Amino acid sequence: MSKHQSHASPAISGDLIGRAFGDAFRKLDPRQLVRNPVIFVTEIVALLVTVLFVRDLIAGAPAWFSGQIAAWLWFTVLFANLAEAVAEGRGRAQADTLRRSRTETMAKWLYDPERKELHKLVPAIELEVGDVVLVEAGDLIPSDGEVIEGIASVNEAAITGESAPVIRESGGDRSAVTGGTTVVSDWLVVKITAGAGSSFLDRMIALVEGAERQKTPNEIALNILLVGMTIVFLVAVVTLAGLGAYSGADLSVPVLVALLVTLIPTTIGGLLSAIGIAGMDRLLKFNVLAMSGRAVEASGDVDTLLLDKTGTITFGNRMAAEFIAVPGVSEREIVEAAVLSSLADETAEGRSILALAADRYGQRSPEVGPAGAEFIAFSATTRLSGVDVGGRRLRKGAVDAVLKFAQGENPRQPFQAPAAFTAAVERIARSGGTPLGLADGSRILGVIHLKDVVKPEIKERFAQLRRMGIRTVMVTGDNPVTAAAIAGEAGVDDFIAEATPQDKLNYIRKEQASGRLVAMCGDGTNDAPALAQADVGVAMQSGTQAAREAGNMVDLDSDPTKLIEVVGIGKQLLMTRGSLTTFSIANDVAKYFAIIPALFVVALPQLGALNVMGLSTPESAILSAVIFNALIIIALIPLALKGVAYRPLGAASLLRRNLALYGLGGLVVPFVGIKLIDLAVSALRLA
Amino acid sequence: MTLAGWFQIIIFVPVAVLTAWPLGRFAAAVFEGRVTFLKPVEIGFYRLAGINESREQGWLGYTFAVLAFNAAGFALLYAILRLQGVLLINPQGFVGVEPALAFNTAVSFTTNTNWQAYGGETTLTHFAQMAGLTTQNFVSAATGIAVAIALTRAFARSTAQTVGNFWVDLTRSTLYLLLPLALVVALALVWLGVPQTLDGSFAAQTLEGAQQVIAVGPAASQVAIKQLGTNGGGFFNVNSAHPLENPTYWTNWLQIWAIVVIPLALAITFGRMIRREREGAALLAVMALFLLVGCGIVYALESAGNPIIQSLGVIGGNMEGKEVRFGEIMSSVWAVFTTGASNGAVNAMHDSFTPLGGLVPMFLMQLGEILPGGVGSGLYGILLFTILSVFIAGLMVGRTPEYLGKKIEAKEVKMAMLAVLVMPLFILGFTAVSAILPGTLASIQDAGPHGLSEILYAFTSGAGNNGSAFAGFNANTPWYNTTIGLSMLFGRFAIIVPVMMVAGALVAKPRLAASQGTFPTHGPLFIGLLAGVILIFGGLQFFPALALGPIVEHFMMLARITF
Repeated sequence: MSKHQSHASPAISGDLIGRAFGDAFRKLDPRQLVRNPVIFVTEIVALLVTVLFVRDLIAGAPAWFSGQIAAWLWFTVLFANLAEAVAEGRGRAQADTLRRSRTETMAKWLYDPERKELHKLVPAIELEVGDVVLVEAGDLIPSDGEVIEGIASVNEAAITGESAPVIRESGGDRSAVTGGTTVVSDWLVVKITAGAGSSFLDRMIALVEGAERQKTPNEIALNILLVGMTIVFLVAVVTLAGLGAYSGADLSVPVLVALLVTLIPTTIGGLLSAIGIAGMDRLLKFNVLAMSGRAVEASGDVDTLLLDKTGTITFGNRMAAEFIAVPGVSEREIVEAAVLSSLADETAEGRSILALAADRYGQRSPEVGPAGAEFIAFSATTRLSGVDVGGRRLRKGAVDAVLKFAQGENPRQPFQAPAAFTAAVERIARSGGTPLGLADGSRILGVIHLKDVVKPEIKERFAQLRRMGIRTVMVTGDNPVTAAAIAGEAGVDDFIAEATPQDKLNYIRKEQASGRLVAMCGDGTNDAPALAQADVGVAMQSGTQAAREAGNMVDLDSDPTKLIEVVGIGKQLLMTRGSLTTFSIANDVAKYFAIIPALFVVALPQLGALNVMGLSTPESAILSAVIFNALIIIALIPLALKGVAYRPLGAASLLRRNLALYGLGGLVVPFVGIKLIDLAVSALRLA
Repeated sequence: MTLAGWFQIIIFVPVAVLTAWPLGRFAAAVFEGRVTFLKPVEIGFYRLAGINESREQGWLGYTFAVLAFNAAGFALLYAILRLQGVLLINPQGFVGVEPALAFNTAVSFTTNTNWQAYGGETTLTHFAQMAGLTTQNFVSAATGIAVAIALTRAFARSTAQTVGNFWVDLTRSTLYLLLPLALVVALALVWLGVPQTLDGSFAAQTLEGAQQVIAVGPAASQVAIKQLGTNGGGFFNVNSAHPLENPTYWTNWLQIWAIVVIPLALAITFGRMIRREREGAALLAVMALFLLVGCGIVYALESAGNPIIQSLGVIGGNMEGKEVRFGEIMSSVWAVFTTGASNGAVNAMHDSFTPLGGLVPMFLMQLGEILPGGVGSGLYGILLFTILSVFIAGLMVGRTPEYLGKKIEAKEVKMAMLAVLVMPLFILGFTAVSAILPGTLASIQDAGPHGLSEILYAFTSGAGNNGSAFAGFNANTPWYNTTIGLSMLFGRFAIIVPVMMVAGALVAKPRLAASQGTFPTHGPLFIGLLAGVILIFGGLQFFPALALGPIVEHFMMLARITF
């Protein structure tokens, strides 16, 4: 994980908080606040109570109580704004840096693409789609594009945070370049594929700032629910004026407003957009860029994960797992021969042979090769490598090539491979591994078992996913036998062997037809249709432009393993939203018990029996409920930004846990909180 | 409070649930077209009406058919009531009903409410009762069932366009469910002593030797459908408290059973038709839970009695307004069942219950008449709350909300909230206005909080399409006839239309497969969650009004304050 050098959103620093406070006041603008109906209603009634307070003040009537109510209503609005401002602030510093690189870049425009030596300097933001530019060492790439000529190393740290440069070249799967990255060596001719304002960098700026943030479908639905609840409680409170009049209670506007504001879902209303921004931000910290909030939500819904075998499930390289000697050859001899023949072998397989010899068989490889040794490097024609030393001719390689070599060493003698050798080769092939023959001249020594090594912790991960109801499907180019063996070892639910892009697409369609949502990652152009078809398609930043366009997320680290984490982040976002909504709604019960007896204590003193919290005075009860309502927003900001604790469990146990924590907690906490605030309020003689 | 009393509650609720189970399965077979023993009759109706029974409707066509059918039914009933003076069978020589009352009554019967602002025997002709009211007792019930079945199909189908054919659902629910059941129940009632005759009345000599004219009539047949269709409009003026409408212990149990059996059965029908019976059982469990708890609370309060009366030397529970042959237990169970089920027939006067004993029936209606609610309307009502529960709590398992494989999105939430809004808007809105208009307060019988309860109960009963009344309240004034009429109208159709829109949105969505990660919508946890959401979303907004009515009255009673 250390590799993911994050776009670290600065931790909540003093500076950030200061700026957020400023933003919180700026967000009081009703034109902006109307996007958040619950808080907008709170602002309107805060204004109303303030006007009444001023009227009382001028008239010389007692105004201390309505003044305090007004103040706390404004705090409620400000705290809600603050939550959003803090969430937005975390991405802003980075957006500023990104924007600078966007606006100040000059591009070398090839107005006649045929003649590279003729170019004109134009500001990057004036480039249009289809323009061709030249980018040389030290230049910033002006906008997103496709390399049409040249090869160069490019530093993409501005986007990915990864400082090691990557190769970009025309043709193939590494032809996409991103605006804002720097060419470190050589040159590229790039055809621009993104217009002003729509490049990857622009989208990234908009995303990290949260300014252009669109409400996600689930957020829109939740907002409707909150608006509906607000209307319901508006009806309840407005009609209470009439019912109260019947009962002989004269209810003042500030207390009715206090009742309204404590009942409408201000807590979740205030935190909703902060939760959304923080969720995007968590992805971004993880170096995954979601192109829409919808994609983040969809990732929580995923039922089936299509995972590439190489790099995700296995380490990606075959590694030596075992040395099998034929009868008549000692273990010591075969290990020594394997080490000797691999001393100069720089391939991953070669190194893994040395590692295995050292770890399992205690055979340290010498610091320097034996004197007079002549190393034979691997070649595609012989498919062998090895060493000639002291008259011995040690060779290792593909089984048929080794057999051919051994036969060639002593052509006059009829050659017969030892039965044990053939048996070992067959056994290894059946188990999905690769056998590597080892011969000393015409003498067959044995077999080295090369294995696709499954990552040690991956099986447990898949078991977790299964408990969460997510199926894992391994995608591999291996033949069915090998694929089945690895699938069994890794514990995936299904696999696609000898997978072509069309196979992937078909598999996704089949899953979707049976009502499942599918996530996959891909990088090549031929992955584009499958990426587009999948409900969550994570494209690798290192991939082609086509793949990046087709996916709805881009992984800046190009690490396919992260698909699993992306699902977790999506789930955590939804869980945070649901938990805080439940908490907010459950709070209402306690607030009724605080306010209703207080409202009618004069007209109907018998209702004092409902004052189960034993709040000191009616004014204190109402004020305490309003203060609790405001402070709970502040108290929950860290949770909204951090997200609720996420555990990979099945839905039933998650529900039980969260319902107990946030549902029952939501019922109980305000009883305690309001009582404590009441004690403080009466101790300070505020009411 | 007696052990025998508790025993009856504990026995009866499960009995109702268990008998509902096979009926629910049968109803599913009816609506899936697998019951055909009356096929020729059915086909005959379709041919007469020119309906192609194999052509299904989209949600819009279905809704239009529902509204058109009900509008026509309303117009016909209104015309009959206004013109009854010149129409057939009018031996008593009644004149036409005046407009506000005719509007109120026509709305009342088309909306399955059966709120009776009129006095039956003294206002309506036999023709108006039979051709007008009884017809609506059947078809308003069938309308509710049809809408519920359309919504059920929306869950059962995947990426489909149509939700069924209203005319077919209407015909089948009448022909295979309501008529046969009504026939059986009516015969049983006759056997148990309820009159079924075309004679008007007979004279009897009382024990004191006086002559008494006793009114009789075709009561059993009317009582059967009044209960089965959750209508509630009685044959006699005092409804099922009348010794001929509900003569014995056993007629009482039969009638209580008939009130809840179809609404409970439809939950099973739902589970059957979506091929996940456990889901229907969960809804049934929530309904039964509320009935059980409601019965327990009311019974405890009524048998504990009123301390003010007890201090006068009257020992025992609160028997004011109750029939001696029913006592606290059967009156309590009836009150809970009739209000839980949107029926509205009464066997005791709810007005005379203890304050909190009267609160429970009122609260059950305010929760939206879903526990188990009216025939059909209870099922689609509780499904709206299920959608809300799943939407709020479903997020907590880390997926966007889905119910039975259907994603719950903005449209469904919007429509569910619109429907939830209807109850507080009409109940609290009209109650508050009525509570401050000087002219309207004349209808109230009692001073103090109980007077407020009477108004609140009237609008609650109207908007909930229940039809029962806190006796003692004079509802036959132009203001109440109009406003309660509007409450009934919106309480019915302002919920049916959003329900049908939800059905339209859901039926088009694919039905997603369930997995370990899917929010579980059966089992005790969900049952508890749904009950909690119903209480918070359906009930919390009524808390201030209830505090000013029954709750404060209760504390005043404890403090020995009278008015």
